[in-house]
Amino acid sequence: MSDEETNDRGNTTEFVSLSAGDQGFCVPITSIREIRRWSQVTALPFAEDSVLGVMNLRGAVIPIVDLAARLGLGTTEIGARNIVVVVAIGPRIMGMLVDSVSEILSVNTETIRPNPTIRRDGGASHVTGLLPVDDIMLRVLDLDALFAREGEEAA
Amino acid sequence: MSNETLRDTFFAECEELIESLTEGLQVVASGAWDGETINAIFRAVHSIKGAAGAFGFTDLVTFAHAYETVLDLIRSDKLDIAPDVLRLITRSSDALAELVDTTRQQGSASLDPVRDLIGELEATAKDAKADTPPEPEFTWAPLALLPIEVEAPAPAQGFTIRFAPGASFYANGHEPVRFLSALDALGNLTVTCDSSAVPPLDGFDFDAGYLVWTLTLEGASDEEAIRRVFAFAEGLCTLDIAPLGDSTAPDLPEVEVEAAPLFIARAPAVDPPADPPADAPVTPAAAPPARAAAPRAPAPPVQTTLRVDPERVDRLINSVGELIINHAVISQKLESCGLGTDSEIMAALDDYRYLAREIQEAVMSIRAQPVKALFQRMGRVVREAGEATGKAVMFISEGEATEIDKTILERLADPLTHMLRNSVDHGLETAEKRRAAGKSEVGSVRLSAAHRSGHVVIEVSDDGAGLNRERILAKAMEKGLVPPDAKLTEPEIDNLLFMPGFSTAENVTNLSGRGVGMDVVKTTITSLGGKVGITSLAGEGSTFTISLPLTLAVLDGMIIGVGAETMVLPLSSVVETVRPQRRDIHEIAGELVLSVRGTYVPIVDLALLFGMRSAKGQSAERSYVLLDAGGASIAVAVDAIQDQRQVVIKSLEGNYGTVPGIAAATILGDGKIALIIDSEALVELVSPRRNARPLIELEA
Repeated sequence: MSDEETNDRGNTTEFVSLSAGDQGFCVPITSIREIRRWSQVTALPFAEDSVLGVMNLRGAVIPIVDLAARLGLGTTEIGARNIVVVVAIGPRIMGMLVDSVSEILSVNTETIRPNPTIRRDGGASHVTGLLPVDDIMLRVLDLDALFAREGEEAA
Repeated sequence: MSNETLRDTFFAECEELIESLTEGLQVVASGAWDGETINAIFRAVHSIKGAAGAFGFTDLVTFAHAYETVLDLIRSDKLDIAPDVLRLITRSSDALAELVDTTRQQGSASLDPVRDLIGELEATAKDAKADTPPEPEFTWAPLALLPIEVEAPAPAQGFTIRFAPGASFYANGHEPVRFLSALDALGNLTVTCDSSAVPPLDGFDFDAGYLVWTLTLEGASDEEAIRRVFAFAEGLCTLDIAPLGDSTAPDLPEVEVEAAPLFIARAPAVDPPADPPADAPVTPAAAPPARAAAPRAPAPPVQTTLRVDPERVDRLINSVGELIINHAVISQKLESCGLGTDSEIMAALDDYRYLAREIQEAVMSIRAQPVKALFQRMGRVVREAGEATGKAVMFISEGEATEIDKTILERLADPLTHMLRNSVDHGLETAEKRRAAGKSEVGSVRLSAAHRSGHVVIEVSDDGAGLNRERILAKAMEKGLVPPDAKLTEPEIDNLLFMPGFSTAENVTNLSGRGVGMDVVKTTITSLGGKVGITSLAGEGSTFTISLPLTLAVLDGMIIGVGAETMVLPLSSVVETVRPQRRDIHEIAGELVLSVRGTYVPIVDLALLFGMRSAKGQSAERSYVLLDAGGASIAVAVDAIQDQRQVVIKSLEGNYGTVPGIAAATILGDGKIALIIDSEALVELVSPRRNARPLIELEA
């Protein structure tokens, strides 16, 4: 989402808002493939703590990641109420375990505020912007940045 | 169609043409060739030249032209296929293949490496032309006798037609393809288009006719019928019609046609340049050599093939895999409903399974390709290696029709190249040594493929001196690969060849012997799910055996329980399963070993290794699976052994990444995912702990 592109036209983008680790996030709807209920996964050896395992998505083997754990917000307590958001990151398909998914937001991209936090360890770099909705604030997630490390590990 | 796709098509066709070229040359080398063989060779080179011209690959055209000239002389019997000529045209075919490869990769190719070859080709062509007997030697005396002889083969005769429409042809609204289809109705038509006259776009005159077609019409007997086809275009195109087998001098018979009163008398008028004139009148029946018989021989059945994007096939394979999994899901669900195997629905489900298997096999066979093309390329490698080392080598290939999965096939080229070079460079002795050993001076390198019990077995063997085990061991000790006091069995010594950093070559040649090689060969084969082995007999040669799975898409697996998870062990590496007594398990410095018939095998606790909780704590209560991978054995402790079955391999790499010790995943009957264990990696994963044995320092 480059700013130049969106300014003059005042483009609207659709986001899906979700919550993980008691925080509100949103993800561009274009990167979401589907949303499904939690089902049992097969654990992967030697995986990071945030990687819960792999799941069978109609014949494809996709990894399921605990979003909260990935963001350093503690592990999600797994129960039948949890939701798996299946996202496409480049050619990869993976699932993110979240607490809940709330709604689809049509957002004028101009209303997205830049992330003001400066953290030297880059821990917050996967939050590209802040989106005020009503009286709450949603963090716009950059999935590419968030899951990039996974790819490097694989290589 | 973009230019890019056109180019891709061109190169794909070149590949096929080179394949038929190589094939033709093999037939020639074997001696069982006829005129059609030479024609096919010529056509292949000619087609490459024509198409290369259209794409502006001038270097390719230059070389193909020189090559073609020599082949044309052979075709018209002006040049005999003497051993040196055979060698020349074989080398030229290799060079042509290489030029095409380079052009494909770099967009153009330099003629420098083939400059000498072109010179040789041109010199040969010049000599042959000079040798051609002068015209006056032909006597027309037998003319009166011959018509009787010619009548029988006449119906099977054919013609070569050179069809060059001019600008006025197009101006009159004619369409070449109509003429071609009209000709096609007369007999078996082969069309070659020479587009070499087509200028670059800026100099292109849109009204001019640049294309020249060379048409071979087999089975047509009546030149008049051909003339009638072109009746409308008379004067608008240049048309040369010559009986088949004599396209070199189309003008000459043209004159004779006018003179001969009968059509059938024309045929012998064409033959004399080929036939020894003295033979013809006396024994006309015996006169036609191989070439004259060629037009009569029916064209070999053309195998029609379908070019399909491999991705589509992969998609199909995936879907079929799903189908099989789906079957397993349904059958498991039905069983849990309490339906017995004798119920009707279960019987119908059995049919479903058979059908699904059948579809799977059929789909797999689409991906399967004969090893022929690969083996032909390997023939080139051997010849090159022979030339580089100055050794006379005979290359023998067997089982070229053996089919193997395309992906495996593609990844075999590098290891085979290396092994064959090794065989020529290290395996075969020099001519002097061979003579001294009472062997033929020409060494032979054999490449064979065969199906053997669900695997493809590829063997690379030479009739050289065999492995020098003393030298191998000495070298390995010198390089510190084995402790100096190690006592190794013969197979263990042989396997040293596969260790990284090992090279026995006294002198490092540019062919092989840089110490990267056999270990890479082994890694590649292993990654394909295969095994490599060596057998060697002193003085008689060595044989490398590669055993590969038929496909990468399914695997015979043993389903095991590890903690709460289900996993799959590749059956290919499973030796046996054991339920040992407590006294068979020993502890050595915290590590467990299992004694199996007198030997001690390290125990790997999968649950522990993969960080899962084992269901049973007591080691003696568990089952053990003996794995043999990479020449080492381990005993894998598992919690349950459930089943043996074929599983569909699902990659983990696409969406996740590689996992140490895990090769891939599969989907079980209940829809759950089970991980497939990579036996080789597992051995390597635990090998640092196996320092008790001398051989293993590989990780460092």
